[in-house]
Amino acid sequence: MAVIGASFAGRRAKRQAVTVLSDAGRLGALPRHYAICAALWCLLPALAVYIAVLAGHEQLLRWYLGDDLRQLAHLAAGDPRWVLQLLQEVVVNGGHEDAMVWEAAQRCAAYSTRIDVWRTVLAIAIATGGGVVGYLQVSPAIRARHRLERFAYGCLLASTCVAVLTTVGIVFSVLFESLRFFSAVPPLDFLLGLHWSPQTAIREGQEGSSGAFGVVPLFVGTLVVSAVAMMVALPAGLLGAIHLSEYASQRARNILKPLIEILVGVPTVVYGFIAALSVAPLIKQLGEWLGLTVASENALAAGLVMGVMILPFVLSLSDDVISAVPASLREGALALGATPAEMITQVVLPAALPGIIGGGLLAVSRAIGETMIVVMAAGLAANLSANPLDAMTTVTVQIVTLLVGDQAFDSPKTLAAFALGLSLFIVTLSLNVISLLVVRRYHEAYD
Amino acid sequence: MTTVERDNELSSTVGKPLLDGADDVKFSVRKLAVHYAELQAVHDVNLDIGQRQVTALIGPSGCGKSTFLRCLNRMNDIIASCVVQGEVHLDQKDIYAPQVDVVALRARVGMVFQKPNPFPKSIYDNIAYGPRLHGQADSPSALDELVETSLRRAGLWAEVKDLLHRPATSLSGGQQQRLCIARTIAIQPEVILMDEPCSALDPIATARIEALIGELKCDYTIVIVTHSMQQASRVSDRTAYFHLGRLLEVNATDKIFMAPEHPGTEDYITGRIG
Amino acid sequence: MTDPRHLARRYRRARLLRWCCLAAVVFALSCVMLLLFDITRKGIGGFSVQRLSLSVRFDPELLGLEGLEPRPEDLQFADFPALLSASLAALIPGAGGDGSQWTALLDDNADFLLYERLLADPRLLGTEVGFELPLSGWAERYLDEAGSKQYATLVEAELLSTLDWLVEQGLVHLRFNDTFFSAGDSRSPSSAGIHSALLGSLYTLLVCFLLSFPVGVATAIYFEEFAPSNRWITLLEININNLAAVPSIIFGLLGLAVVINFFGLPRSVPLVGGIVLALMTLPTIIIASRSAIRAVPPSVREAALALGASRMEVIGHHVVPLALPGMLTGAIIGMAQALGETAPLLLIGMVAFVVSPPTGLMDPAAVLPVQIFLWADSPERGFIELTSAAIMVLLAFLGVMNIGAVLLRRRFERRW
Repeated sequence: MAVIGASFAGRRAKRQAVTVLSDAGRLGALPRHYAICAALWCLLPALAVYIAVLAGHEQLLRWYLGDDLRQLAHLAAGDPRWVLQLLQEVVVNGGHEDAMVWEAAQRCAAYSTRIDVWRTVLAIAIATGGGVVGYLQVSPAIRARHRLERFAYGCLLASTCVAVLTTVGIVFSVLFESLRFFSAVPPLDFLLGLHWSPQTAIREGQEGSSGAFGVVPLFVGTLVVSAVAMMVALPAGLLGAIHLSEYASQRARNILKPLIEILVGVPTVVYGFIAALSVAPLIKQLGEWLGLTVASENALAAGLVMGVMILPFVLSLSDDVISAVPASLREGALALGATPAEMITQVVLPAALPGIIGGGLLAVSRAIGETMIVVMAAGLAANLSANPLDAMTTVTVQIVTLLVGDQAFDSPKTLAAFALGLSLFIVTLSLNVISLLVVRRYHEAYD
Repeated sequence: MTTVERDNELSSTVGKPLLDGADDVKFSVRKLAVHYAELQAVHDVNLDIGQRQVTALIGPSGCGKSTFLRCLNRMNDIIASCVVQGEVHLDQKDIYAPQVDVVALRARVGMVFQKPNPFPKSIYDNIAYGPRLHGQADSPSALDELVETSLRRAGLWAEVKDLLHRPATSLSGGQQQRLCIARTIAIQPEVILMDEPCSALDPIATARIEALIGELKCDYTIVIVTHSMQQASRVSDRTAYFHLGRLLEVNATDKIFMAPEHPGTEDYITGRIG
Repeated sequence: MTDPRHLARRYRRARLLRWCCLAAVVFALSCVMLLLFDITRKGIGGFSVQRLSLSVRFDPELLGLEGLEPRPEDLQFADFPALLSASLAALIPGAGGDGSQWTALLDDNADFLLYERLLADPRLLGTEVGFELPLSGWAERYLDEAGSKQYATLVEAELLSTLDWLVEQGLVHLRFNDTFFSAGDSRSPSSAGIHSALLGSLYTLLVCFLLSFPVGVATAIYFEEFAPSNRWITLLEININNLAAVPSIIFGLLGLAVVINFFGLPRSVPLVGGIVLALMTLPTIIIASRSAIRAVPPSVREAALALGASRMEVIGHHVVPLALPGMLTGAIIGMAQALGETAPLLLIGMVAFVVSPPTGLMDPAAVLPVQIFLWADSPERGFIELTSAAIMVLLAFLGVMNIGAVLLRRRFERRW
């Protein structure tokens, strides 16, 4: 209804503006500028108030019903929120055996309706007020176009701030919760401890027991899985990129690249499913046939599938840098009588190396931050082992297991997840920054 | 001759940069200097531009003539590093004064660019864009009429009257440039600035544009930057010669080409430099 | 001058590298094929279901109902399993006893389907109604795997031969599994579906798009058209580029700490999921929009400026419309990422067991990838099929979105 009011005021402003315009000549703002201006005046303050009252609905109700809620506190262990909910349910059900409760419920309903009505009235009043302000501002002295453009500029700036605040939000929220964690668990124990068993810490009277939050096994697990993944992705991705950029015809390239990039679009939960239900049993069978003991959730399966996941990533990054090596270098090598293979290994690859390293680091950062594959296929037990056939757990798996389900927000167990998140953030961020610097330096060398 | 004297000699403009009758002056430029960050592109230019005349700006590449042209409708404002000093008066009013609305200024001083740059819309919408922007047509029929007169004036109507809703980019280069001129005159500016309008066109298209300029000068003040001295001599009433950011010589076109006063001008028009 | 043997060796090495490279590409391609093949093989069965045609007479006596006008409360306690057994016994000749041994052929909730039908239309009581009831999990697999002997030890031979007889009689039909698309989550594979999860994904993506697209485009416009070039802005730009490479799970932490803990929004709702995914896709959209804006040639801007358009008008009339296809392409790719994302949603509690479809943005909901995650963890065999089928649906959606993005890009690609 605020919208209707706004458009009404807008139209009125438009009519008014036509006369103003003919006096002011063509240098003033156009009628539509005044119209939009008036509409905004009408809409925005009213909307803001409407939403504010809507959001504060429960608080207002509680304030109105203060006495009732205090009297009925025994119904829900003294929490006014639950009492209120109870009263609202009573209203819906249409009756209650306790007369006092029923009366309170009816009062609650009455107040609720009253707030609704007042909210609407208030919004309409403010919309009308805004409309009047917009209407009065239809004058050549006020340049509506400039105002509108300043308003639009403000919107752009505000959006930019949101994007920036996201980063700041990540850093501060994670940092803040981590600090709370480190006030319970010493950072050195966290970083150097060899045991990870957060479950013990939530038991009564065993708060943050020493050694329970040692992060080393998680990092080792993460490293093993990422290493396996990189062993698959790096050679296959690099050689594939060489094929695409050096050997394949343009037509083959146009077909092959999108096909391989299907892998990029596959959600990680699908990879996790494949890893857990197809690859892991296969590896277990294979291992048993070879006489090895293989855990049914093993790091190898997770790593291999993760390798396939980041393969196209490595491939397209390498393809970019290899294609960026100038043709003059290739021609120079060929003119000296090098075979194509020698040209590639001795001239092109060394020239592209910084870019490839940068891409590789980005891929590592992906592997470290990957969650679903390891959650589904790598297991939960924190084993300090370098054998990829064991069950292993990673930083991301632990964050998920610690936070899935309802937890009290201040238990060290929950806070530990934020500390893990912080370390994950720092590691991946530094990898990204390093790779960015490497790639940039590489580009400078050729541009 | 000392260095200082030589510099003075070089920077002072010979010929007739200022016009006598104040009524005939559209633009009067005084002590104009333009810097791009460290680089000074235009030095101390004093020039009057006459009303309903074609003024040609000639000179070798990078001499500052395009920069000078863009000062006349403040198109240099969009380049962040560009600083303009001095005064530019349009009808005795400083266009660089703080209260001036650039948008309104550009509606009075239109511009045609080196490469034809139609909007990727229909021919009709290209012409109608400016009038819509400035609220100059009250009704659709008035807008239709405005589009037609603009296209007629630009000599394009006969060619495109049946294709008004085809994309403007489907026209040939010469047609596109005339479309851009039509788009400019649709908002009824007082001055049209042309920045090498024919440099991307073949000789036939060029000839048509030149003819068009000749017709337009009855109603509009035209300032044209050109590389071609033949073009300057064909279309313009006055010619200004720029060299290394300085205005060396201004005079009636036939005077400049018949009897240049400045040795630099003579070198340029006889083909020794540039 | 050149030793031919040396040269031959060099050529061998050249061939070796070439073959290795080819092998790498073949490996990558076979991964794609294997992945799609594996999922399809496991999931194709999830879209179809074997049903037994069975005619059931709603006999009040068997149901233990009095009179022909039962109340809904009575129906709740009526003996539908007995009715089912009797109907089966009537169908299958030579059955001794009450026929209850045959109910193992049918799915566990077959009697529930009878109940639902009667509840919907109590006048059917006493009449005969034709049903198509789903077979049980083992029976379906037995038929799929064409009489494999695997079940001989697990299931009584009599049941198997009865099943074969039913098939011979043409009473078993292969039907499209509409339950899969119309039902919510369930503990039983035969009555579980992706309807709620699809709706949840839809709501979540809606919130995500409405938040991230305007903000992303506005940020891109600010950076490309207005931002002064100084060290702060450069820092911010690097920041946003880095944000694109932050692991998605970190965004889940952000959502948990800020949206749920600080702003006090409830867990498991599409609104929160959408906010978190919007923060995640924001960098993708910003980066794509910026390059789209940069691709708009300056000549268009100059032309509009020279006609007296203000900077905002240039942006609103020319830059944004021209850059919109590019921006939308980026947005579609970002939405595809968001659609497939699981990890951050786990952290904000979208792992609830959700049966009924969400009716709004503040209703607990599951999303498709999370549903896949939950089903993948379920021990029942039937869920493997369902999980794969759900993955096929998810991949189909993603495929459509990505192809849409490519087509959009092709359609509006402009050479200036």
